[in-house]
Amino acid sequence: MSPPKAAEAIDAVWRIESARLIAGLARMVGDVGLAEDFAQDALVAALEQWPTSGIPDNPGAWLMATAKHQAIDHLRRRTMQDTKHEHLGRELDERQGDPEEAIADALDDQVGDNLLSLIFTSCHPVLATEARVALTLRLLGGLTTDEIARAFLVPKSTIQQRIVRAKRSLAAARVPFEVPRGPELAARLESVLEVIYLVFNEGYSATAGADWVRPALCEDALRLGRILAELAPDHPEVHGLVALMELQASRIRARVSPTGEPILLLDQDRGRWDHLLIGRGLAALTRAEGPGGGYGPYGIQAAIAACHARARAAEETDWTQIVALYDALAQLMPSPVVELNRAVALGMAFGPAAGLELVDSLKDDPALASYHLLPSVRGDLLAKLGRFEEARAEFARAASLTQNSRERALLQRKGEAL
Amino acid sequence: MRFIVMVKANKDSEAGILPTTEQLAEMGTFNDELVKAGIMLAGEGLHDSSKGVRISYDGKKRTVRDGPFTETKELVAGFWIWQVKSKQEALEWAKRIPFQEGDVEIRQVFEAEDFGAEFTPELREQEERQRQAIARNRKR
Repeated sequence: MSPPKAAEAIDAVWRIESARLIAGLARMVGDVGLAEDFAQDALVAALEQWPTSGIPDNPGAWLMATAKHQAIDHLRRRTMQDTKHEHLGRELDERQGDPEEAIADALDDQVGDNLLSLIFTSCHPVLATEARVALTLRLLGGLTTDEIARAFLVPKSTIQQRIVRAKRSLAAARVPFEVPRGPELAARLESVLEVIYLVFNEGYSATAGADWVRPALCEDALRLGRILAELAPDHPEVHGLVALMELQASRIRARVSPTGEPILLLDQDRGRWDHLLIGRGLAALTRAEGPGGGYGPYGIQAAIAACHARARAAEETDWTQIVALYDALAQLMPSPVVELNRAVALGMAFGPAAGLELVDSLKDDPALASYHLLPSVRGDLLAKLGRFEEARAEFARAASLTQNSRERALLQRKGEAL
Repeated sequence: MRFIVMVKANKDSEAGILPTTEQLAEMGTFNDELVKAGIMLAGEGLHDSSKGVRISYDGKKRTVRDGPFTETKELVAGFWIWQVKSKQEALEWAKRIPFQEGDVEIRQVFEAEDFGAEFTPELREQEERQRQAIARNRKR
């Protein structure tokens, strides 16, 4: 096999196996950073050997075995050191017994507890949000530092540092490698969902740069969400988030014109929506209802997306239902951004004046002071009311606030078209 | 990116012989793995070609032929749709399909950006008109 071909194949194997590999090793050594080092060592060994020896029949098992040897060596060394400090040695003996056996146990992850622990650790609240995102994409998504850097338009060295520091913080805070239980679980799960949705959103409407959408990031987030839904099927909000992402992703190819300009929801050609993803999203939504029957915040947002997905034409949208869902969302998760969305729905259901009234009450909210969608929504409503002069000023203001060049052009055009 | 992984027909699938319990269990385990890895978008098995039908187009002429069709190895008996990062990743997954014999073919699914200049504004407009007509009909 030629070296470039082998490198591509190793890449693919890595993407399939790395998360499980790292999770198993982390269960063993109790340290995510160390676990990734062992996994990386195995990857380097593969890159050295496979181009000449060919790819093994079971490449995953090969990587596991190689990393396992590294981990066993490490544990033996540590046990020897620890016999010098006897109290620590005893503790390790009790906990681990025979390293070979312990590794076999750790790598046997039938219920997915290792992977789930890895997700919770990567999204641990001791880390800054940026660090959680980078670590999750790296450890769970199997992305290289380079890929993460390109996705977030930052230098590779920045991501490298972020990951190194994140691993150090986890070790320093002695974050246990486990799935949180009891009352801690809900808050920790929220952090995991937030990280996944953040990745999705960065792909869905990029906050900066020349492309309005970066579908690859959406796919990474969806993949993480789908994995999580299998690992933690008893949590309705996990399905709520997956439903939301599937439904939003179903519109990706209708959201951008062939020349890269954004196309807004109501102007989209619904024939180009992805019905495979819509079907998946609606199915996930049926699993998103809590034991009491209601949705959580992600479930509600997914239900709103489902209203759009079910409308075959923009004018068939059930805006009254959407207003009701936004009302429920505002109760659960009061925020000015939710209010702004509610204003759009109100405007569609009950006329632009109703929407404008709500938007005007948000005008002085400091949280929205530099949010380009506030003037953009206000501009739309004013234009519908025939107040073109004011609308033009709002679109100009919105254009000056967005960091995304495609979106800026769209907003400028809207203003000029009036 | 997405790939369709087509399982080619064989004598058994064409004879309507269903997989054994053991084969089904193995396939179930493999499908589970695909779902757990977050890559499986869809997967279906197809009835044998004797229940199928073929239409040939020649200008305005349509010729309809009932199955079965003879070129067994060219027929499709089932498929998956996977969302992965590369063709190589699809290939690595496909190597793990628990088949003892037969063939599988991996083909990339077109994404919007692959159409490029072929999907002209005129074509888009045509699609738009069709969509509106459908919407009007539904309202009647």
